Amino acid sequence: MSFHPNDVARRARMSSMALAIGFVLLVGAFFKTQVIQHKQYVMQSEENRLRPIPLPAPRGIIYDRHGEVIAENLPAYSVSITAPSVDSLRSALAQLGPTLQLGQNDINNAIRRYRRAPTRPTVILPDATIDIVSVLEEHRLDFPRLIIQSVPKRYYPDGPVVASFVGYTGEITESDLNDPKYASYKPGQQIGKAGLEKQYEPILHGKEGVRFDEVDARGRPVRGEGPRPDLSPEGAPPLYTNIDLDLQKFTVGLFADSLQGGAVAIDPNTGEVLALYSAPSWDPNKFTGGIPVEYYKQLLDDKRRPLVNKAIQGTYPPGSTFKLATSIIGLEEGVVGVNDHMPVPCTGGYQFGNRYFRCWEKKGHGSLSLQGAITHSCDVYFYQLGLKIGLSRFIAGGIKLTMRDKSGIDLPEETQARWPYAIDYYNKKYGARGWSNAETLNLAIGQGANSQTVINMAKLYSAFAAKGMAPRPEIAHLVPQRKQVFTLTSLQDSVVLEGLKAVLEAGGTAGASAIQGLTLAGKTGTAQNTGGDDHGWFVGFAPADKPKIVVAVLLEFGLHGSRAAHIASAIIGHFLKVGPIKAVMDEG
Amino acid sequence: MSRPIVSDFRLLAAAGILSLFGVAMVYSAGQTDTPTAVATLYKSQILWLLIGMGFAYAIGHSSVRFIEWMTTPLYALSIFLLGLTLVIGKGAGTAASTKSWLAIGSHRIGQPSEIAKVTVVLMLAKVLSNQRETPKSLLDLWKPALVVGIPWAIIMLQPDLGTGIVFIGIFFAMLYWAGVSWPLLILLASPAISLVLSFSVGLWGAWFFVLLALVLWYRPYLIEGIVLMVLNVATGVVAPMMWEKLAPYQQNRLKVFIDPSSDPRASGYHVIQSKVAIGSGGWFGKGFTLGTQKRLAFLPEQHTDFIFSVVGEELGFLGVTIALALFLWLFLRITKIAERANDSYSSLVAFGLMSGWFVHVLVNVGMTLNLMPITGIPLPFFSYGGSFMLASWLAVGILMRISGEGRGSALSLRR
Repeated sequence: MSFHPNDVARRARMSSMALAIGFVLLVGAFFKTQVIQHKQYVMQSEENRLRPIPLPAPRGIIYDRHGEVIAENLPAYSVSITAPSVDSLRSALAQLGPTLQLGQNDINNAIRRYRRAPTRPTVILPDATIDIVSVLEEHRLDFPRLIIQSVPKRYYPDGPVVASFVGYTGEITESDLNDPKYASYKPGQQIGKAGLEKQYEPILHGKEGVRFDEVDARGRPVRGEGPRPDLSPEGAPPLYTNIDLDLQKFTVGLFADSLQGGAVAIDPNTGEVLALYSAPSWDPNKFTGGIPVEYYKQLLDDKRRPLVNKAIQGTYPPGSTFKLATSIIGLEEGVVGVNDHMPVPCTGGYQFGNRYFRCWEKKGHGSLSLQGAITHSCDVYFYQLGLKIGLSRFIAGGIKLTMRDKSGIDLPEETQARWPYAIDYYNKKYGARGWSNAETLNLAIGQGANSQTVINMAKLYSAFAAKGMAPRPEIAHLVPQRKQVFTLTSLQDSVVLEGLKAVLEAGGTAGASAIQGLTLAGKTGTAQNTGGDDHGWFVGFAPADKPKIVVAVLLEFGLHGSRAAHIASAIIGHFLKVGPIKAVMDEG
Repeated sequence: MSRPIVSDFRLLAAAGILSLFGVAMVYSAGQTDTPTAVATLYKSQILWLLIGMGFAYAIGHSSVRFIEWMTTPLYALSIFLLGLTLVIGKGAGTAASTKSWLAIGSHRIGQPSEIAKVTVVLMLAKVLSNQRETPKSLLDLWKPALVVGIPWAIIMLQPDLGTGIVFIGIFFAMLYWAGVSWPLLILLASPAISLVLSFSVGLWGAWFFVLLALVLWYRPYLIEGIVLMVLNVATGVVAPMMWEKLAPYQQNRLKVFIDPSSDPRASGYHVIQSKVAIGSGGWFGKGFTLGTQKRLAFLPEQHTDFIFSVVGEELGFLGVTIALALFLWLFLRITKIAERANDSYSSLVAFGLMSGWFVHVLVNVGMTLNLMPITGIPLPFFSYGGSFMLASWLAVGILMRISGEGRGSALSLRR
């Protein structure tokens, strides 16, 4: 053994050097990890321990014009779960299935939500009952990754009364998520699906908050308060609407359970929509958080088609209510003077070519001026007026009166009214020689290629009530938008107005709907319905000389406009606080 | 006989400070948000430290000659205990399927391999110091090789790869200290190197040529050279077959060592979480007992194998540097003791004990940063464990004694 002190000293030097090098390398490695790569590891350690839990924002409350609540939020419970993989989610759902009463559909939905956003807690039950929640709370320790949250749930205190315009909310669908409009949305979130809820979704949505739960390696929450401050959800501002909830309820009451149709009440000066109803209605509260299959099927199977909004979606031939438009076009085009009579007096019909066009009054009206023709709704007069205007000008005039447009109401479901775009329409449809000028006669009395929504007719009468300024109907308070769609001289205007007033006087077509102490103006109409009884129309306004409200009512299978006129006048009377309504006389 | 209790203040200070540091970390390791059994382990760690210090004190009152006299029986006893583990051994912790624990019934008494680390050093020192000539050929090394080989074989049968590595480290370090030349050490290590390099034909081929050149230059006995080359070929070729024989968890550990992200939720999870803990510690750490990785149970084995990750997370780069500096100080001090020892036996014992610890530190600390495979080697003075704490302080006592009798010490001057 060579243990000479010199050898040993040499080996000690070498060893000490090796030791020093070894430790310097170790320290260097720690320096790299702890100082140079520090940020990256801090992030990883934060990600490890913090589990972000989204906090849904309450939707904006919707008020009527007097501050009455139309839509609010109630506390509900949502059950969600975090899962590292689809398999783990599946097994968790299989475990939870019996407790939560999960159907295959719920499971598929949860998996779909998970695939969309695996890092977000996956919503299993968007609206759990208190029973389920209390059972889950008992077994909380068995399911550490389960999150039970109190979430705001949409509630409409008046349910079916407001469904026609407020719409409903529901979970965002897969196709919505693919829409760039919903780029910032996450699966499981609630969005407006129809009506105001959909129209004003960006305003009503609010801003989702986030809570950070500190969790241990098994995903169990370890501390009560968040280790990082929560980002509170920001509730959306309230949405103030022009709706008069009292009038709306009154309107709904008039329809009761037996009548079906649509009604709209608007302020002609601003376009503010005071009431809008489609009967029969449905309960939007049942739609919140997933439409129950049975309820939906029941609505779909209902022959009265409650899911079609008869105020903005259903289109009907306007019938005699359209004679206002014919009159305005004739006057504006100058083809008829206020006192002019038509060449052929009404004898109960009008011979045009080889066809005989009837007037609704078989006895005939005799020779009438425009005012009388409006009051008595004389078809023979308007056939001839239509011919005088000429089809081409007539179509253009109708377009100018926005008879081919949407009313522009702030509801996403509105259907565009039907009206020819030009004579070419007939050429395309029937061939250049396949049709005759008889179409003009049909159009003149509100039949033919003319199909209007209730809201668009309300807009036409609003335009007349506001001296040609057509207001855009608006449910929510925004800047009123008005557009001049026609100009009449004051004489022309007064003649038409007098004609409309007389409709609601003794002897007029809606004389039975007059209100004592209030001058009404309006027009009844009958929409010919090939599939069954005719639909009844009434569109009118009051007070006639200084209109504050325009009401359009359509009663499906209502035969004639007098019943619609009853409803309209009741609405008007209720709104203007005039009444009592004159006792209903016979409805000839 | 009146002998000073403290003959080497620096040695005692380094070991003492490290031990207190370690106990503090064991305490912190128990501070988790969801309390576990680890919470109270620091108390038994303190107990073991006191017992160990008591033994160290006793040994400090003995003499090197007495230790040398006791060496053979102690060695024999530890071989016996090691052998016993194969019969009645139990596993623990991450290596539950192994048999490194000696147990009666379900009660675990201790790990004989920890004591064997000390006795093997003693025995090896005795054998090497008794050889008149410095070993010049591989054949000359049969005796020391046997001294280490027997316990090593038993330990590899347990199996405990980590402790096996420590024994090999001790063996080479002591041969070096005994004056065995570098080329011979390399030749000795060559079959193992072949084994390691066998995964790549190209690397192994290159190594084989280097080895051939070394053999031609060093000129060992002909038969020795041939056997060596055959052995290298054998290990290089046999290795893949050996791989198949490794226990799945060992294969896993080696695989994960090469690529920790290959299995992020299982074995690799430990290393990744350890790196996250250390990396998130930064310059000054998250504060004593406040490490979130540890508190929230993301860090595995935080009181044993991965205790240094707690140091990194809670005390930061500063704490890590201090801990490593203390170890370096201790090791340099022991090297000095070995250098100044009165005789070759003492010198070899001191260097052997130091090298054993060094391998522990290197492998354990390296493991927390994924620089070394996860072998389950504890960190001296830090990791929770009674046997190891006891063995470490036995070693401190022996070193104290050697230092006391060494050249330039008060004791040697008095003689």
